[in-house]
Amino acid sequence: MSTPLLQARDLHVEFSSRGRRARAVDGVNLAVGEGEIVALVGESGCGKTTLARTLLGLERPTSGTVLYGGQPLTYTSKALKAYRREAQLVLQDPTGSLNPRHTVYEAVAEGPRIHGMANEEQVVAEALSRAGLRPPERFFLRYPHELSGGQRQRVVIAGALALNPRMLVADEPVASLDASVRGEILALLLKLREELGLSALVVTHDLGLAWNIADRVAVMYLGRIVESGPVEEVLKEPKHPYTQALLSVLPESPERVVLSGEPPDPTRIPGGCRFHARCQVLASGAAALAGVDSRCRSELLEVLPAVPEAQAACYYADTMAADEAVVR
Amino acid sequence: MNLLSLEDVSVTYTIASGEVPAVRDVSLTLDPGEALGIAGESGSGKSTLAMALLRLLPRDARVEGRIVLDGEDILAMKWGRLRAVRWAEASIVFQGAQHGLNPVRRIGEQIAEPLLVHGLAQPAQARTRVAELLEQVGLPAWRSRSYPHELSGGQRQRVMIAMALACSPRLIIADEPTTALDVMVQAQVLSLIKDLIASHGISLIMISHDLSVLADMCDRLAVMYAGRVVENGPSHEVFHAARHPYSGALAAAFPTVGDPVSRMAPKGLGGDPPDPMDLPSGCSFHPRCPVALDLCSSLDVELWPAGREGEGPHTAACVHVRPDLKAGADELGSPATETGADELASPDAETGGDDPAAPSPDSERGQGRGEVVAAASLETAARDERAKETS
Repeated sequence: MSTPLLQARDLHVEFSSRGRRARAVDGVNLAVGEGEIVALVGESGCGKTTLARTLLGLERPTSGTVLYGGQPLTYTSKALKAYRREAQLVLQDPTGSLNPRHTVYEAVAEGPRIHGMANEEQVVAEALSRAGLRPPERFFLRYPHELSGGQRQRVVIAGALALNPRMLVADEPVASLDASVRGEILALLLKLREELGLSALVVTHDLGLAWNIADRVAVMYLGRIVESGPVEEVLKEPKHPYTQALLSVLPESPERVVLSGEPPDPTRIPGGCRFHARCQVLASGAAALAGVDSRCRSELLEVLPAVPEAQAACYYADTMAADEAVVR
Repeated sequence: MNLLSLEDVSVTYTIASGEVPAVRDVSLTLDPGEALGIAGESGSGKSTLAMALLRLLPRDARVEGRIVLDGEDILAMKWGRLRAVRWAEASIVFQGAQHGLNPVRRIGEQIAEPLLVHGLAQPAQARTRVAELLEQVGLPAWRSRSYPHELSGGQRQRVMIAMALACSPRLIIADEPTTALDVMVQAQVLSLIKDLIASHGISLIMISHDLSVLADMCDRLAVMYAGRVVENGPSHEVFHAARHPYSGALAAAFPTVGDPVSRMAPKGLGGDPPDPMDLPSGCSFHPRCPVALDLCSSLDVELWPAGREGEGPHTAACVHVRPDLKAGADELGSPATETGADELASPDAETGGDDPAAPSPDSERGQGRGEVVAAASLETAARDERAKETS
């Protein structure tokens, strides 16, 4: 396999929270290949945004490494500046991420100015039209409040594109947009990959989004990736009970598994499998039948490696897979 | 009898630069125990409509038409009566639970407030009732001593639901009750609402931009665009076999995971919602409509029977459910006579979205062009026809 464009190797990020240690990212291996779109899926508080920020060099990992093009990130301001030209962030709420007193032109030109790029006007025009705001000159002097939500998000994306990056990290890029606009923005991400070979890590809680645009998906729970693999495999035949539950509560799914309660906070990550307290497979007794229940409760799971194949961090799923192999 | 009926309700905001028609001529009915979903995007008027139901709009909003709740016209009510109706007959669960609760008061007090204000309970009884309500929404009774910031978003939304239930209303209006919540918590809250309305026989009006959630929760769906209801029918029909292209686009916006059609093919709708102060001529959806005909820019079709036989009443405001209008030129002089539901299910009125296979407008364009006047007169003729039918 060729070197992935962006890679997290055994990444840990900790914060102190009221005197306790919050393990926001607690051992993550993840790789995004050249031209690949990976969806990082999880509920709020699972650490997905922290992971994305760490991958962009906005947070420093407590341990582990972020590699870009096979090289570990260097946390000097000069190196980070160069890195941020390659990997750009697109935030959730375009209304919040645009300065209301800057015109569209200024918003998009900010990056190129910081990086001292030549032909500013041409760069801005090109970025705007790539983001689907055409003709770009018509938007130059507009202010964010004169634009619709979808157009604002396009301006944010144009701002990222102006630097000619190789990678976009988008944090909930459509969560604050109207339903009909959502598809347009997602289609734009697909188009950018096709035309520019842009890679993307899309952080979202929306499995439908992953199905819409991602090649691979990684499901995160309490700081760890619990299942990952090609979208078609993971979302059609989820192995981890958490992924199964997430999929089961989507409208139209035949049988619902509504997990009770909410994920524990990252200062109190349960021992054993971190999902065991809410796990429906353990609660139903199926794990006990398979003889893995005591491991679920007390034995720590290995951190999943960054491989493209489908995998799940679950004792029960492992046993089932092994049984299937025996039957065959 | 209907629990709630809206007759030609319009809401107009007056702002410095003129009048903004936020809701235009909406007529809807709700039976006891029924769940009605109102779908639409921001600016479609759905939240304004919800607020108008209990006269919760600011003074600069002018509400016209009739809103009849349980035989009483809300718009004609005296202030005192209206206060009694709010909470006791109908209550609202707002979006964004963190703003709906007072941050400096314990939640128990807040849930008890409507009971005490309406004189439905003495303080001691109210405490028992609060414990009972918290249990119904799945929170332990000791939580009544908590402050809102000590609760998670999902728990706060449960508190809001407990408040809405406090006075045993017959109708609950839920405005985007799960928007800011996580998937799993959303599922918890939705199944809670579903169970509660079923066990208490409460009617529900739920407002959301997510058609898939509404289809799951509600018996019927009304889709709003630019202040109007453009489609109204049984949930599964509207969601799976939309007759208005806008409903189709909304339904396609939330893909079904596992459906090969939506894999690597996000469906959106070009263009932006119209400015209510400057609505397009004719059908307000026509500039964004993937299946618009020439006559759509001048002809505004009203809601028209569009359902299949054997299904509940289903209407859509689209020229494609009116072959009589589409055929325009040919049938000039012979007023439309058939409004039979099944005949209207012409295959070319497919659900729209980005579907390029949708009707071949080219052939129809020739016919439609310049026939506006004729079409408009047909419209009148057909309306008379329908009036006869309904009387």
